[in-house]
Amino acid sequence: MFPELNNLLNTTPDRAEQGKLTLLCDAKTDGSFLVHHFLSFYLKANCKVCFVALIQSFSHYNIVGQKLGVSLTAARECGQLVFLEGLKSSVDVFFRAQAEPHPLQFLREADAGNLQPLYEFVREALKPADDGQAAWRCPVLLVDDLSVLLSLGMGAVAVLDFIHYCRAAVCWEQKGNIVALVHDSGDAEDEENDILLNGLSHQSHLILRAEGLATGFCRDVHGQLKILWRTPSQPAAHRDRSLTYQYKIQDKSVSFFAKGMSPAIL
Amino acid sequence: MAAAATCGTSAGNKGCTAAAAAAAGGKNNVTSFQRKGPRASVPDSGCARLVSIAGTRPSVRNGQLLVSTGLPALDQLLGGGLAVGTVLLIEEDKYNIYSSLLFKYFLAEGVINGHTLLVASAKEDPADILQELPAPLLDDNCKKDFDEDVGNHKTPESNIKMKIAWRYQLLPKMEPGPVSSSRFGHYYDLSKRMPQELIETSKWHGFFFPEKLSPTLNIEPCSLTHGYIKLLQFIQNVIYEEGFDGSNPQKKQKNILRIGIQNLGSPLWGDDICCTENCDNSHSLTKFLYVLRGLLRTSLSACIITMPTHLIQNKAIIARVTNLSDTVVGLESFIGSERETNPLYKDYHGLIHIRQIPRLNNLIYDVSDVKDLAFKLKRKLFTIECITKLTFYGTQGQKYLLSGHLQRNFAINNNHYFRRLHTLKKIY
Repeated sequence: MFPELNNLLNTTPDRAEQGKLTLLCDAKTDGSFLVHHFLSFYLKANCKVCFVALIQSFSHYNIVGQKLGVSLTAARECGQLVFLEGLKSSVDVFFRAQAEPHPLQFLREADAGNLQPLYEFVREALKPADDGQAAWRCPVLLVDDLSVLLSLGMGAVAVLDFIHYCRAAVCWEQKGNIVALVHDSGDAEDEENDILLNGLSHQSHLILRAEGLATGFCRDVHGQLKILWRTPSQPAAHRDRSLTYQYKIQDKSVSFFAKGMSPAIL
Repeated sequence: MAAAATCGTSAGNKGCTAAAAAAAGGKNNVTSFQRKGPRASVPDSGCARLVSIAGTRPSVRNGQLLVSTGLPALDQLLGGGLAVGTVLLIEEDKYNIYSSLLFKYFLAEGVINGHTLLVASAKEDPADILQELPAPLLDDNCKKDFDEDVGNHKTPESNIKMKIAWRYQLLPKMEPGPVSSSRFGHYYDLSKRMPQELIETSKWHGFFFPEKLSPTLNIEPCSLTHGYIKLLQFIQNVIYEEGFDGSNPQKKQKNILRIGIQNLGSPLWGDDICCTENCDNSHSLTKFLYVLRGLLRTSLSACIITMPTHLIQNKAIIARVTNLSDTVVGLESFIGSERETNPLYKDYHGLIHIRQIPRLNNLIYDVSDVKDLAFKLKRKLFTIECITKLTFYGTQGQKYLLSGHLQRNFAINNNHYFRRLHTLKKIY
């Protein structure tokens, strides 16, 4: 986790909020550093994490996690982390018919089905232990990323349904959190993606939007982060609080600064 | 970082990223002084020691295993080479001249390094593609052609006893192949063909789609096009049978599988995304790329795909394809466009756009500061250079061509920009 981002969001691993949906979105840049941040944040906060990683392999997250101070292999072994590796499982699902429904079963199907097997997997992974004692603080579902599901044949409505079911199970029933990454296609006119992004924006409590600079590539400022706090239960009751910062990604951390205050030009 | 790295944390994980365990080995729960035993008994392919596989080298930044794309200029722009386990997507230029050239460079590099090749095409027979590979420039020939410092490093007196660096004498000498293949990245002469004996000694698998068409479809229907399903099964078969995914523990010498897929997405593969905007099977190509990447991540292979993205009419699909690939390079040739007669571009044949470079095992990645890149093809050299044009609209017809690297800092406290003005060449 990045300490500067924790300061901006006004949270620490000890005081993590519960029952929230956080939406990460990136436009014209790569927002995966936010996924690494939240993964290490919730592991340090002693939460049980179910990570649906559809884009990269386990070792990628593991190696970056070690730079940020968490060990994913250790977390997986002791049961704190349930990791669904999309790339590896897709090969298994696609080439061999599975006996029981696999979370990525939709890869074998011809028409766009629904994501129920994936939801069952998440629900199973995050259900509290049978003995009743809470070994972990709260369950967290982390998805990287949802736009890939659209590329794999799911409709935007199916993905929104999946998130809705997960919210009911994780956020409401078990007072956990959900963090999901969606790409913003910008001017690429991806209607399904826009539907998904808009639908999730209205449901989320916190939106972190990483954008590339409007002026193009810069070596010292990698992009701009917009943070928006929302209360979905009271739409437009009061103005939502929003902050904008610029950031630069370094080897093990990300530094944030106010717009135009990059250390390179001061 | 390179040598003698033993397997660290990424135990059960195959593929390219195991090499990066060398970099992360110090961060384990055990102290960094404890040496983990060699996991040679584990059949996982990438997890073994970082023994040198011919034609690969670890990345400077994160220890990732890299292979050369066949074009040293492109290797430099991609941060040292193409990472094993990733996809390089080439967006074809309009007439598919230079993209097929990059395709051939990639395959020729595989032949020189002794890698296994898998060539898939719906247009040309893979055997014909292999016959047309360019010949490599041997070390003794290239000395007089361009002043590289390669030839000067040959040491004929290798049997002289070393006095100071005597430890190095105990190291085994590198075996030079038919070409001096110990170098990473070679240059090719397009006017000559690859020698027949090199092609015959290389191991390759060909997939020519018109030959694999079968009238009966005996597989489960899923939304992939028939051609893509067959290709995926073929690739998976080769990977499994030849043990690139570590499934064959008898294999002693590890090797890289270079996969080349030509014109993916074109109507010749049975896909209609290049034909209409609202196609029936719009998820076929993206599903294919996803499963292909899954196959690559779990095996020691690297893939080059050329795709005619200029024909795809649905921009959303191009965005999705870009997100699903690791490295994306776009080529834009000047042939037939109005830039051909533009005096600014008269030395170059086209523009090259590096659209995406992956961040593998890292938060950051190697990206060059220069974004305006153009390429130039000579008989023996494919160069990529930076061009920056400054047009002063005050005086009509005067164009200043700045050759070289233009630093793009926030240049308030940096006066190099102004210092360079006297080197501008004026072109009237």
